[in-house]
Amino acid sequence: MARIKFAVDGKAVTVNADPNMPLLYALRGDLKMTNPHFGCGLAQCGACTVHLDGEAVRSCVMPVSAVAGKKVTTLQGLGTPEKPHPLQAAYVQEQVPQCGYCINGWIMTAAAYLKKNPKASDAEVRDALAGLKCRCGTHVSILRAIKRAQTQMA
Amino acid sequence: MNAPLSRREFLKASGALIVTAAGPTLVGEAFAQTASATGKPALLPTELDSWVAIGADGRVTAFFGKMDMGQSLDIAIAQVVADELDVAVDKVDVVMGDTALTCNQGGASGSTGIWMGAKPLRSASAEARRLLVQAASQKLGVPPEQLRVDDGVVSAVADGSKKASYSELIGGRYFNHKIEWNKQTGNPMDIKVEAKPKSHTEYRVVGKSFTRRDLPGKVFRTEKYVTDVSVPKMLHARVIRPTRAACTVASVDEGSIKKVKGARVVRDKEFVAVLAEHEWDAVRASQMLKVNWNHAKEAPFPEMAALHDHIRKAPVAKREEPVKKGDLASAFKTAARVVEAEYEWPFQSHASMGPACAVADVRADGVTVWSGSQKPHYVQQGVAKLLGLPDEKVHVIWMYGPGSYGRNDAGDAALDAAMLSKLAGRPVRVQGMRSDGIAWDPKGPACVHRARAALDASGKVVGYEFISKGFSRINIQTNESDPAHSLVGMSTGIAPKPNDGFGVPTETYGFENKLLAWETIPPLLASCSPLRTSHLRDPVGPEIHFGSEQFIDELATAANEDPVAFRLKYVTAPRDAAVIKAAAEKAGWQPRSGARDRSGDVLSGRGIAYAQRNGTIVAVVAEIEVERKTGRIRAKRFTVAHDCGLIVNPEGLRYTIEGNVVHGLSRTLFEEVQFDRDRVTSVDWMTYPILDIKDAPETIDVVLINHPEIAPTGAGEPSIRVTPAAVANAFFDATGVRMRRVPLTPERVKAALA
Repeated sequence: MARIKFAVDGKAVTVNADPNMPLLYALRGDLKMTNPHFGCGLAQCGACTVHLDGEAVRSCVMPVSAVAGKKVTTLQGLGTPEKPHPLQAAYVQEQVPQCGYCINGWIMTAAAYLKKNPKASDAEVRDALAGLKCRCGTHVSILRAIKRAQTQMA
Repeated sequence: MNAPLSRREFLKASGALIVTAAGPTLVGEAFAQTASATGKPALLPTELDSWVAIGADGRVTAFFGKMDMGQSLDIAIAQVVADELDVAVDKVDVVMGDTALTCNQGGASGSTGIWMGAKPLRSASAEARRLLVQAASQKLGVPPEQLRVDDGVVSAVADGSKKASYSELIGGRYFNHKIEWNKQTGNPMDIKVEAKPKSHTEYRVVGKSFTRRDLPGKVFRTEKYVTDVSVPKMLHARVIRPTRAACTVASVDEGSIKKVKGARVVRDKEFVAVLAEHEWDAVRASQMLKVNWNHAKEAPFPEMAALHDHIRKAPVAKREEPVKKGDLASAFKTAARVVEAEYEWPFQSHASMGPACAVADVRADGVTVWSGSQKPHYVQQGVAKLLGLPDEKVHVIWMYGPGSYGRNDAGDAALDAAMLSKLAGRPVRVQGMRSDGIAWDPKGPACVHRARAALDASGKVVGYEFISKGFSRINIQTNESDPAHSLVGMSTGIAPKPNDGFGVPTETYGFENKLLAWETIPPLLASCSPLRTSHLRDPVGPEIHFGSEQFIDELATAANEDPVAFRLKYVTAPRDAAVIKAAAEKAGWQPRSGARDRSGDVLSGRGIAYAQRNGTIVAVVAEIEVERKTGRIRAKRFTVAHDCGLIVNPEGLRYTIEGNVVHGLSRTLFEEVQFDRDRVTSVDWMTYPILDIKDAPETIDVVLINHPEIAPTGAGEPSIRVTPAAVANAFFDATGVRMRRVPLTPERVKAALA
């Protein structure tokens, strides 16, 4: 067990845990921040995605000890109904999610990518999001929402 | 004026609500009763209060015994209720799937959400309006026919100052009004009321697009999913499935998880699980626990490569011939030409976005289960049976889960959680690992389709036969009402109760001599099979129509006719023809003439497929590109024409269709459950790949054909069933090669084009 200090959505937190435990379990279990989902535990789907110092990472395979001293942002920290991130606003406008379980992967990955590449083409966006899963088949509206958000972010 | 009847006398006298003259009196009586009543009437379909309520603030609550899986069903129900009650849509709240608050309307099932599910809500709302207008009539001294309702306010047509709001008339109280129930539970549950629901010409909000309500909760993650439920003293669990199929427990080495603080093993016969206070400890314990398994049966599965031969050779468990007309034998005997083909479909997994999760709290005085199952009322029955309790002792609360496309692993998780809470004596949250959602969910059935047609000298189809043979789509029942159909039930010794069912193509091709039949074969393993089969989105629809709608194309080719023209020549229902024409027109379909240039590295083609599904008609044109070198198929554009009668929410319908097409494309191009002689080896997203965004269609155009005069039918599934054949037909158009086996992977494409 180790005491690991980091920040989540702007708040300083301390977790006393097995250093090898994935960050996801610290967020969901210890910190009761349940918004990143468990999808596969294998970094194959994206449902657990958070930002670590601004980079999209899969929290289901990231040891919690690796985030010591760093800043974690979850989907809830990315934006709120009052102050939505452009991608969240676009997701609502385009009525993207169906079951919605995959959402952290797409929005957090796209948010990190578009910050650096606001004018990315459709093909570049598809490349950047490759590997993320959506089982309800909302891919076409995901792309529409990203296009809409790009007009706000550019 | 009639003397007031008591409720009992009223029902005795009428047998139904047909005593118009007694109506106002009844309402008066009902209101008098509710004034002193302390509680809501029992949750029965015969009580109006079970369906609709008016709050003290005038808001309307509709109690819906189905649930929305992300396709805007709840807003559609709100629209229907709003129109019947004459209130604004945003004043209607829809409560879904809670067994303590909603009647058993069957849950999410067979695209019946609006088609069947909205019916009682519509009738109940119309009846509530009738009673409220009558109450207002009494209060205002104005005859009902001289009253109008605007956004929940009843007023005199002649004098707007004479008015009473729903809130004033009944807000916060109960109708206490009996209605006639058709005695059915599940999807066909319906009620009969005295009020006459509105005609479609009177709708104000049905037919318009309203934005879904679940979006902010999902996008900002303020909505709780079943995975997020936490109750005091809750333990975390992982169920240990056998490493191979057909195993029994020889021994469990409890010492193997000694190092995990607080972790322990619970077991009942072949059902083994680990429990821990912290979820990560449950995960670690599940990975460390040593279980020795006995092999009850060696190699229960065929070689994967021999699966379809196994199906061909297997004994027929059950055969049905739903369509049989004419004299097929003579037609084939005299045929100028016979065309034959076979099509193969693999096992497919629900592969929901996350493995299923459930939380159960089994207490002496009752049980609460939080479940993402799409059929919570059947979970209630299944848990009650599993624990030996009456249904009413079990309360199931449905919550959003990690996707649901039929009888997936959510049904097993709910019963697992109940058993574990019973064994542990504490609330238990269980969630699977990835392999539980892919290797251990009930599968969509693998099958083979044999098609044969007789053509005369002119190319006319004079005989047609399409026979599907495969694993049953209901080997595991499609709901969880009986633990015999759950992994926990079977692994604790409950004998399986297999059922046999499949299906046939749903089209209106008017071939004179025609046979559409199905045959099921026995399951590979009777109990606890990871290849047990059940409903997967549009059960056997994509499977069957991949064959039947490709075969129609093969016949068009044989007759040297255009695939669209060929279909239009044979379909006999005008709505079917209209849908096919609409898709072709929107897609800019032109009949081909002359040989195609197929010399390039990238070949393009387009294909059409059409089908019905329980009254809904859909046609899709797929436009694809095939890369010779990589074997990759790129979906350029899909054009869908869709007729489901009256459209309630066009935008919601559009998104629902898009999801269907993409899900169908994924299953066509990528999905196949891998297995060896005694295990499913598809355990994650690498071994069970689904469509990646790189492969998502560039465009999906949707033509919605609205028939306000025709009662609405389903939309949650029809458009998935035509997608595979449209893609395969486009592949043939592009390459001249038929792909008669799903999935159309790059390896298979390269092999086919080599």
